[in-house]
Amino acid sequence: MQTIEILGNNDTRSGFGAGLLEIGKQNSQVVALCADLTGSLKMDAFKKEFPERFFQIGIAEANMMGVAAGLATAGKIPFTGTFANFSTGRVYDQIRQSIAYSDKNVKICASHAGLTLGEDGATHQILEDLGMMKMLPGMVVINPCDYNQTKAATIAIGNYVGPCYLRFGRPKVPIFTPDNQVFEIGKALTIFEGADVSIFCTGHLVWKSIQAAQALAERGISAEVINIHTIKPLDSEAILNSARKTRCVVTAEEHMYNGGLGDSICQLLSRNMPLPVEMVGVNDTFGESGTPDQLMAKYGLDVKDVVAAAERAIARKN
Amino acid sequence: MPSIQELESIASQVRRDIVRMVHAVQSGHPGGSLGCADYLTALYFEIMNHQPDNFTQEAKDEDVFILSNGHISPLFYSVLARSGYFPVSELATFRKLNSRLQGHPTTHDHLEGVRIASGSLGQGLSVATGIALAKKMDNDKAYVYVNMGDGELQEGQNWEAIMFAAHKKLNNIIATIDFNRQQIDGSVEDIMGFFELRSKFEAFGWNVLEMNGNNMSEIIACNKEAKALNSDRPCVILMKTEMGYGVDFMMGSHEWHGIPPNDEQLARALNQLPETLGDY
Repeated sequence: MQTIEILGNNDTRSGFGAGLLEIGKQNSQVVALCADLTGSLKMDAFKKEFPERFFQIGIAEANMMGVAAGLATAGKIPFTGTFANFSTGRVYDQIRQSIAYSDKNVKICASHAGLTLGEDGATHQILEDLGMMKMLPGMVVINPCDYNQTKAATIAIGNYVGPCYLRFGRPKVPIFTPDNQVFEIGKALTIFEGADVSIFCTGHLVWKSIQAAQALAERGISAEVINIHTIKPLDSEAILNSARKTRCVVTAEEHMYNGGLGDSICQLLSRNMPLPVEMVGVNDTFGESGTPDQLMAKYGLDVKDVVAAAERAIARKN
Repeated sequence: MPSIQELESIASQVRRDIVRMVHAVQSGHPGGSLGCADYLTALYFEIMNHQPDNFTQEAKDEDVFILSNGHISPLFYSVLARSGYFPVSELATFRKLNSRLQGHPTTHDHLEGVRIASGSLGQGLSVATGIALAKKMDNDKAYVYVNMGDGELQEGQNWEAIMFAAHKKLNNIIATIDFNRQQIDGSVEDIMGFFELRSKFEAFGWNVLEMNGNNMSEIIACNKEAKALNSDRPCVILMKTEMGYGVDFMMGSHEWHGIPPNDEQLARALNQLPETLGDY
């Protein structure tokens, strides 16, 4: 089995900050808006470099989405920054009407998604955001896995015309994708080829799925691991090709079963290629306070959970 | 430049369009549409510097109007068509299947003149503020106009935008509040009596003007005054209107907020509204 080299350790939100600065240098129409979380979103560098293109909106997320829609109307490329909870649920109707239905070129950039936000607890740990965003017609939904990929994804959405939701997180996690990657929206990335089970994973669960595949290999199981960084549009071809080969599927994400990547893949498979699917995700419950590692363990989002899901999926094959 | 009399004559045709459109599909919102007909006529035929025959979303160096209370779409569509954004004949498709003239305005079907979807209330001022901000960045001297209902001010997002626009010194915004004191369930005063509006806006750092929105001369004069303020504050005009203005039996009541006239009522309404530009 191919070894995956760890290149460093950093949070995905810092990848967003670096990508925002970079796309800001490339395109003078890029502007950034933040609702009183500039440091948390790592938008300081953009703010320092382009003070006239950075707008502090205050604790007023609904207004931030509307202002972004207005800036986009006038030809700007706005990136909004706040926590994932306040980027979605709090402002769903503003996004729905003023951005998605109005076809505005707004980039909704959301940090601290999921359980790994940690000690702040369930008020801030949104596990429904992918579902809300993917239900909006025309919305691109992206959940990159590490610092480098988040940076590349930030640049990619800046170059794409249309509304996008970019989800990233708080804790430092291993960096294992190349620093010079070109991010292709909607293109799944195969990390390991395998024969026995397909593991489709996204965000922080990609690294855990890599570790799971390594553990499975020690037990003689060949797992295919595919990074689905784009939840919408889904790379149906890559998913179906892999599933056709392995005949069973695991999905892994830091999100509810409802509305997440697993939900999308189940829809795809049930229509095209019904096969056993086991899902790693959160089962219809809120989170709680704790360290990221404790929470991922308690809510079943750990390496061992991906391993167990793969074994269950394989056992269900005819 | 049209005279006051000419503007009034256009407004009469716009009102005919409104009642005919709402009658034809037996749905829509005539009350607020009629009340704001004089203002939007003045805006599109006199006040704004805009290019109906060369519509762009970006509107560089052009004045922009954002309709926040999207339910007065019959008025919006009539004024857009009559000022040349799209063919007047298209008014006949209002609220029908496959029409670009949706129940509430949308950009989704590329209807010329519409820059944002509205209908879910309280969002238009934020959007207008974003456009105004972009114009400042681009050193574009044009104005951004935005109309809201008075009941609509119950939506909290407006007050976020009101704060933001003043903080950013967006003196290129001229907002109007359709101050007809009526909303769906009754009078604004009974439902959420937030009068006095002047002091609220002043406390938030806005310039406040008042006008009778059903008096063409006053509308023109007040808008000239708004542009001549020479202040770093955004401006709001408290626009007193009569819901249903121009059709006697629709005036002064919230009853006609969202119900269509029947055949007999249509005939009575049209009798009061001279056909000046030709019906669609």
